[in-house]
Amino acid sequence: MLDDASIAETDHAADSIAVSVWRGDASGGTWETFTVPRQPSQTVLDIVTWIQQEADPTLTYRFACRVGMCGSCAMMVNDEPRWTCRTHVGRVVKDGAISIAPLRNLPVIKDLATDMDPFFDKWVKAEATHHPSAGRHDDFAAVLPDDEQRVEASAGIECINCAVCYAACDTVAGNPDYLGPAALQRAWTLYNDSRDDAGGAILDAVSAQGGCHSCHSMGSCTHYCPNDLDPMGAIAGLKRATAKRFFRRGRG
Amino acid sequence: MRGGDPNAATRRPVRGHALWYAHIIHRVSGIALALFLPLHFWVLSLALTDAARLDNFLAFTELPFVKVAEFGLVFLLALHLFGGMRLMALEWLPWRAPHKTLAAGTLAVSAFVSGVFFLQAI
Amino acid sequence: MLDFRLYMAQRLSALIMAPLVVGHLAVMIYAVQGGLSAGEILGRTQGSLFWALFYGGFVVAVSVHAAIGLRTVISEWTRLRGGMLNGVAMAIFATLLVMGGRAVLAVTLV
Ligand code: SF4
Ligand code: SF4
Ligand code: FES
Repeated sequence: MLDDASIAETDHAADSIAVSVWRGDASGGTWETFTVPRQPSQTVLDIVTWIQQEADPTLTYRFACRVGMCGSCAMMVNDEPRWTCRTHVGRVVKDGAISIAPLRNLPVIKDLATDMDPFFDKWVKAEATHHPSAGRHDDFAAVLPDDEQRVEASAGIECINCAVCYAACDTVAGNPDYLGPAALQRAWTLYNDSRDDAGGAILDAVSAQGGCHSCHSMGSCTHYCPNDLDPMGAIAGLKRATAKRFFRRGRG
Repeated sequence: MRGGDPNAATRRPVRGHALWYAHIIHRVSGIALALFLPLHFWVLSLALTDAARLDNFLAFTELPFVKVAEFGLVFLLALHLFGGMRLMALEWLPWRAPHKTLAAGTLAVSAFVSGVFFLQAI
Repeated sequence: MLDFRLYMAQRLSALIMAPLVVGHLAVMIYAVQGGLSAGEILGRTQGSLFWALFYGGFVVAVSVHAAIGLRTVISEWTRLRGGMLNGVAMAIFATLLVMGGRAVLAVTLV
């Protein structure tokens, strides 16, 4: 885990870092190296910003909040998916160098910015959208935090849609139809939310081609999720719920 | 690898953690077992067509390197069996277990079972 | 729904096989002592309804399980899709079923 002492040490180990940045668009590209000055408590996003402001204003990337809330800054850092705004350089720099590339498993728009549409389209496909069980004239729903189902739902609600898990998943890489960990985890969250009224439709959606049954429980999603969520566990929940329904009804 | 393909840089599988290794071991052992099975079935069906050849073949299994190969097959079978049981438990039992530890455990149990087989075989 | 049906068939065949494979491992460890001979194997299995059902059940389950598993691997690691993919999976299923069925008959028929 993050060890302050070692970060402080590596923070001042060198005056500059050799940064390879992937430059290009959907038709191709190449790596370009920049020498970026080392600063205390520097994040990977700070590096990218420095390059754009000081070295090459044409560099394209995406960010918004800079504090790990919005989920827009994820990139491949040394071939691993990370939220760059909260990744300290001291933690990832290797022999004074770092590589930064667009997120895996998504089409590149330009440089470090990927097209997130396929990622979000799959949320809708997984029925990972709220289906209200009550209208404005109904009373507030009572949500008991200790309720067993609520605990399952709460486990996944801190997702910031950063697609780090989606980039980490080999099943997404091999199967373009696969809905991926984030969309399926949200489907499981809503399935367990007492205020959602479409449990059956959710199970139908995640049982279709590319649904939860394509997942191989390799856990790269859980391993890399920057918010310590467990999409693998959520997807296992969907598999269990669909299997249960199968045994109950004698069919899918 | 660091070439012109827009996604070449980002297509590299993300690896290097315990459950990913468990996954790839399960997959590769499964493929190997599926490839071995036809051979296994063919040898056994010699009992029907040519019993003498079956005995010749079984004598061949006394060779040391064949014993090591047999050990390897038993090891793969045990890995696929116990790894598969872990996956079934992960998917169908309603608790979240420490799966990294369990995955390491399946490796240990498989090594033990196939080790016992090897000691019996030699 | 095909994905879900294949998933269920794969898991159910796995659950059928699990005890059979444990049994097979135990028999192997027991039988391999002192070397294998056709006489010894056939002496145990020939004319035995129990072993015919044991290995017959295994062959059916493994044919289903391996065909679905390889279908998944092939679809993720190659470009084969659609009818071709299902054709290959059916061929794997049929090959294992026929060869395995022959093997079971060979060792259990009197
Ligand atoms: S589950 Fe984690 S890694 Fe995946 S999108 Fe949500 S926050 Fe990001
Ligand atoms: S557990 Fe499932 S969703 Fe997560 S990385 Fe593996 S295959 Fe992808
Ligand atoms: S910039 Fe918002 S999460 Fe990184």
